[in-house]
Amino acid sequence: MGFLDKHVSDTQIKLRSRLWLYAFSAIILFLLVVPSLIVIPMSFSDSQYLEFPPKNLSLRWYENYFFSWKVENGFNDWMAATRTSLLVAVLTIFVATPIGTLAAYGLTNSSSRVRAILFPIMISPMMVPIILVAIGLFYFYVQFKMVNSITGLVLGHSLVAMPLVLIIVLSALKNYDMNQEKVARSLGASRSRAFLEITLPQIKFSLISAALISFLTSFDEIIISLFVSGGDNSTITRSMFLALRDQIDPTIAAISTILIIISSGLLIVSQMIGSKSQPN
Amino acid sequence: MAVLDQNINEASLHRLAKRENYTFLGLTMPYLVLVGAMIIIPIGWLFFLSFIGRDGSFSFENYERMLNSRAYFRIFMTTFKISMLTTLFCALLGYPLAYFMSQISRKWASICMIGVLIPFWTSLLVRTYAWLVLLQKKGLVNDIAIDLGLIAEPIKFVHNTSGTLIGMVHIMLPFLILPLYANMRAIDSHCIKAASSLGATPTRAFWTVFFPLSIPGLLAGLLIVFVLCLGFYVTPAVLGGGKVIMAAMKISSNIELYFSWGAASALGVVLLVVTMIILFIASKLVSLDQLGQGR
Amino acid sequence: MTDSSLNISIHNVTKTYGDFHALRDVSLEVTSGEFLTLLGPSGSGKTTLLMVLAGFTSPDYGSVKFGDEEVILKPPHLRGIGMVFQNYALFPHMNVEQNVGYPQKLRGVSKEETRRSVEEALATVKLDGLGHRRVDELSGGQRQRVALARAIVFKPKILLMDEPLSALDKKLREEMQIELRQLHDSLNMTTVYVTHDQKEALTMSDRIAVINEGQLMQLDTPNQIYRNPNNAFIADFIGESSLLSATVKKGVASLGSSELKATQKLDKDGEFLLVIRPEKLFIADKKSNDSNHFEGIVEDSIFQGESQLMVIKLDPKTHGDQSLRMRLPNGSAMQEKLPGIGEKITLGLKIADSYFVEKSHGGS
Repeated sequence: MGFLDKHVSDTQIKLRSRLWLYAFSAIILFLLVVPSLIVIPMSFSDSQYLEFPPKNLSLRWYENYFFSWKVENGFNDWMAATRTSLLVAVLTIFVATPIGTLAAYGLTNSSSRVRAILFPIMISPMMVPIILVAIGLFYFYVQFKMVNSITGLVLGHSLVAMPLVLIIVLSALKNYDMNQEKVARSLGASRSRAFLEITLPQIKFSLISAALISFLTSFDEIIISLFVSGGDNSTITRSMFLALRDQIDPTIAAISTILIIISSGLLIVSQMIGSKSQPN
Repeated sequence: MAVLDQNINEASLHRLAKRENYTFLGLTMPYLVLVGAMIIIPIGWLFFLSFIGRDGSFSFENYERMLNSRAYFRIFMTTFKISMLTTLFCALLGYPLAYFMSQISRKWASICMIGVLIPFWTSLLVRTYAWLVLLQKKGLVNDIAIDLGLIAEPIKFVHNTSGTLIGMVHIMLPFLILPLYANMRAIDSHCIKAASSLGATPTRAFWTVFFPLSIPGLLAGLLIVFVLCLGFYVTPAVLGGGKVIMAAMKISSNIELYFSWGAASALGVVLLVVTMIILFIASKLVSLDQLGQGR
Repeated sequence: MTDSSLNISIHNVTKTYGDFHALRDVSLEVTSGEFLTLLGPSGSGKTTLLMVLAGFTSPDYGSVKFGDEEVILKPPHLRGIGMVFQNYALFPHMNVEQNVGYPQKLRGVSKEETRRSVEEALATVKLDGLGHRRVDELSGGQRQRVALARAIVFKPKILLMDEPLSALDKKLREEMQIELRQLHDSLNMTTVYVTHDQKEALTMSDRIAVINEGQLMQLDTPNQIYRNPNNAFIADFIGESSLLSATVKKGVASLGSSELKATQKLDKDGEFLLVIRPEKLFIADKKSNDSNHFEGIVEDSIFQGESQLMVIKLDPKTHGDQSLRMRLPNGSAMQEKLPGIGEKITLGLKIADSYFVEKSHGGS
């Protein structure tokens, strides 16, 4: 039996008659991946039109990006925007992760009735259209003069990141044997000591994942940043979006490549940590 | 043996139990305060604002304008049309891929899954920008088409509906594939084998056994995609170039350009209500078929 | 100098979950230094009672005193108890030493003293030298000992154990039962032990508290509970026994048409059960005055290693339509003359071993 005569399904269909499916799937996968990553080689193209494959290689767009603070045009200080995004993302870690973790712990130890009421409220930021969250926050911040502030951004991003933290930590606690806290308490540990010394170390990998997700969510966040930041405190995503609307600035290709590297890097780290926590 | 004063003891123990519950509730407080202050209150406020007319008094004029205006009608139609088309294309392109992945070995399926997750985890802006570049007049797509002799002149793919659709389908596909694939993997292969053994041709076995069992996952994916499309902003704004106006963009322009909070809020409320209705239906469907999924 | 252990006084402890009564007005006294077992089937409330003692479950009302001190309102970590859980719950992110030393760390004990007491505890449970092992490197039996060492390292006055041996295989379990009892004797702690295994309870305890449906049924020494169970439930639950329905009228017990003699005073009329321990029956050649007799036919005769189990169907005319089980140790003289299946047989039971309980109470 040749390779194409292999049976590949429960209904004993031969590979030969399924080739169209294999080809189709390959095309779709190709179309999914390539546009996501094609910016990377394009960013090294010399031409304004970002050819592929690049006829001449150059780093001019990267120069544009890294030395944007030098340029007097005032249109896009990419570096400042990057700084803002990084700062806000880091701060978001420290807001979203503790609040989300404590809430997950509180929920786990509450009755199922309480959980059924609170959980939908807690994941509401994921359910409501984000444009509404953005303009709602904008209106809110206008009243409190928080527009264009780092605080406003951090709070807004944390709002979006917290449900993810909640879900990650809830899942970790579900697989955790709460009896250990009971044991620790029977041996003399107060509730908070038992949580800090026994439970927390055992869910630390999930906590790190949650922290990384918070960072990424904040760093990649577009819509809230669009409305809530501006001027000195514009985020890199906001600056990119505005530039996109007005013209196709090739510098964005360079920035995109760097964003891809950061995101993939963090995701790979998160995956490695995730697999470390499950030795089997 | 002292007689226990039952009533006092009972009260203290009751208080003790209550204090425990309150402590745990307290841990969820910061979270709830944040969500309350930043989602519930602002959106409640927007809801309220939608009923404030231009002169500052309570009125339905924002809603009336929406229902009567031609411009708004077009926006609703565009939003609905694009959402439906995106959802449709995602289903047509995503179902075969999900099916393929569910039939091959887990090892290969994981490798394919990486291909699905790469776009999922790539920034929205990066992907949108990529399509902007690829679809432009001198972009890769047009270049290849001309080289292959398919067309003579570059086709306008951006700043119109086509470009918007292409971009949105690319972004939404993973959202359809993920729940659908999970569902398909969970389908008991014995059902298919049973159908075969009873005399069904492979095609018949697929349509009468496999497909119906994959519907919950498909529906979940379709609903998620549709809901996301309704409220989508970034991709249509960039790839539509101002010609394709969806609801979210109108909300934004109402505020940015016209400062008409009333109009923006009213449109927002409509968007919210439609989203909630669809999510509600989805939640009913999920619980219903978890009951009905007898093996 | 060893500290004296504490006694435990439990008064009127009640706990309900909605409609379900987990504990109904339970009161009992645990003597200082005693090994008391809470014995009962699943759902009887025995674990709930243990959790009340530990402080993890707050009753609706009631009092628990350790010595003279009322502890019912105290949180678990201030009650000064040692506890061993059913699944051991060792901390996986710490090694053996750190696990056992944890209570000392909580109490702010110095490093040297911690090390010394950990070594002592590990030696007591026969795990010397295993301090550096990680938890996942240990066998089930070893983990059990670590859990024990961790519970006693700080010399608590009260030790609570929730079915600690149920995860072990039979042979290991029986060895550990003896070891645990020896440990208790050497450490002078008051131990409250929960189990559903009546044999385990009979082996290890000074006294047994039989609990069923949230109520204390009987609190007695193993011997007393075995020989004189208070009601039908206990009679059925403890040890193997045959329960024969008998009627009592005007102080006389009868089974079918035969009269039964008893040493108890039967002043109540009504339906009773005669509790017969299988090993107390013997084959009677002739009738004697100090025994009750039963006639029947051998229904089954099963070789069970160290004993022979025989099932006898009683003659319906004289004793009503019931069966008896008799257990004979193999190798005894009686064996030679064992009747086969289908043959007639007469059994005897000494009057002193004939014990009656009322049929109604305690479930059947």
